Amino acid sequence: MAVENSTTQRMVNWLVYPLLLLCAAVTLMPFLYLVCSALKTKATFFSSPFLPPGDGFLGIDWSGLTVEHFYLLFTDPSLGFGRAVVNSVFYASVSSVLTTLCAAMGGYALAKFAFRANRLLSGLVLASLIIPGPLLLAPSYQLIYRFGLLDSFIGLILPGIAPAFGVFLFRQALLHTVPLELIEAARIDGCGEIRCFFTIILPLVRPMLGAFLLITFMGAWNNFIQPQIILQTPEKFPLAVAIAQLKGLYGVDYGLLMAGTVVSIAPVMGLFLLLQKDFIAGLTSGAVKG
Amino acid sequence: MTRQLSTSHPRWAPYVFITPFVLIFCTFMVYPLVQSILLAMQQTFGPKTTVFVGLKNFADLFADRFFWLAMRNTFVFAVASVALQLPLSLGLAMLLNRPRLKGRALFRLIFFSPSLVGIVFVAMMFALMFHEREGLVNTLLRGVIPHFPREFPWLQEYVMPALIIATLWMSVGFNMIYFLAALQSVDRECLEAADIDGANGWQKFLYVILPEIAPVTRFVTLLSLIGSFQLFELPYILLNGPGPENRGLTVVMYLYQYGFEVGDLGYASGIGWTLALVLMGLTIIQRMLSREQ
Repeated sequence: MAVENSTTQRMVNWLVYPLLLLCAAVTLMPFLYLVCSALKTKATFFSSPFLPPGDGFLGIDWSGLTVEHFYLLFTDPSLGFGRAVVNSVFYASVSSVLTTLCAAMGGYALAKFAFRANRLLSGLVLASLIIPGPLLLAPSYQLIYRFGLLDSFIGLILPGIAPAFGVFLFRQALLHTVPLELIEAARIDGCGEIRCFFTIILPLVRPMLGAFLLITFMGAWNNFIQPQIILQTPEKFPLAVAIAQLKGLYGVDYGLLMAGTVVSIAPVMGLFLLLQKDFIAGLTSGAVKG
Repeated sequence: MTRQLSTSHPRWAPYVFITPFVLIFCTFMVYPLVQSILLAMQQTFGPKTTVFVGLKNFADLFADRFFWLAMRNTFVFAVASVALQLPLSLGLAMLLNRPRLKGRALFRLIFFSPSLVGIVFVAMMFALMFHEREGLVNTLLRGVIPHFPREFPWLQEYVMPALIIATLWMSVGFNMIYFLAALQSVDRECLEAADIDGANGWQKFLYVILPEIAPVTRFVTLLSLIGSFQLFELPYILLNGPGPENRGLTVVMYLYQYGFEVGDLGYASGIGWTLALVLMGLTIIQRMLSREQ
């Protein structure tokens, strides 16, 4: 019985691989299509879905490929794509670092300290998780206008750096991982409160910190609606807005558009591959326990 | 578990840590939230000039056929895309959860990779994928289905299926991660007991696995529904706006158009509150369902 069970199991396993490979192919094909489209010249663009066939090495017409689209993106001043890359890197790094710091500090205060407003704040944080983002678009825009912060990076970054969801995550993580005795021992040894937070608490939630930095970085990098509403000068646009602009202006120049998309996606993909172990662990640790 | 809270700290300590959050949270979350109630009762012309109109915005909204069209589109999209996403993500997770599977980490990474692409960039990719003649989607369909037409106008006439296909590519792998984590924590003893009782694979799935992962299924359903109801960037970029005959008009797109193209932040807030009430209703239903169990 047991032997038969394991052989059927092995047979099912062999059926599983073709299915998985098919799904993997479907998942990866759009990426391959994107990269090939970015590299094809106008003449060969629609000659085949992927690389143009020809007499060259591997049966591919290598002369039908070009890096001209990428070259154009960064050298044509009217496209200003280099500027957009710089803007995106700046916007995403600054806002992810500030957001993570703000959320970790807030979560720490709520998780580990007895103080008067703790219960009220914890309740408020939890309640605000239910508010959908689009509801706040109009009133935030009005507020940022009144502060005179429209068309500035401060107006774009500042409203986003105190996410209730982040404070909640860090509060939960710290509640369970950091024993109070550790903090009290540090105090007795004469460690100051601020130093204690940065040298003892933060290293203890390192995986969570990494995952949250990555999530907020990607969130800002991929954010479209806020920069679209708040920024007005094209020189300040991050990639997501710049590429939408590009599509409006050069709607059928697909080679150029796909090259721009490759440039926009590649950094985030690279960053994720570097940090992916932390990321998946951090993503699921909160969900399954809760 | 009882919560242990420090009392041996200096009085100022928690306030130092919480102040940045509280300041920004109150300014950019609590205040705008209150303000949005007032705004919903005003008509504005840009952010400067406002007129109090009471509940007129809501009365107008309920008589506004474009708003109802946006609601309908959003609702159809949300229900259809979530109904397709759930079984596909669970199926993939089940495939990956097979014992002694080789290359699990690599497959997981591949399936997850589309969720790294921002929705704007997904829209850019699919703008070409759905090209009516030479796009990859039509090329593939021509290869698989005999007599598939030379041209198939996804972005002109079949807008909703196109939006759903792009969404599936983007989010199935993301939801799969949650299902995979849930499947890995299914009680092994329960499964072995079912084996001993002679349950077949389908019975084990129906009576052991599904009930065990029900909390995660509800969580993923709610999360996907909330996300789908806020659909905006995908059709906005893919169709350069609401699309032919407003086939891709969604609630958030309508809110955006009214608030930032027409300049009436009041009417936009009215739309925002209607959406918020729908989503809060969904969350309450989910809470009630979880409590019943």
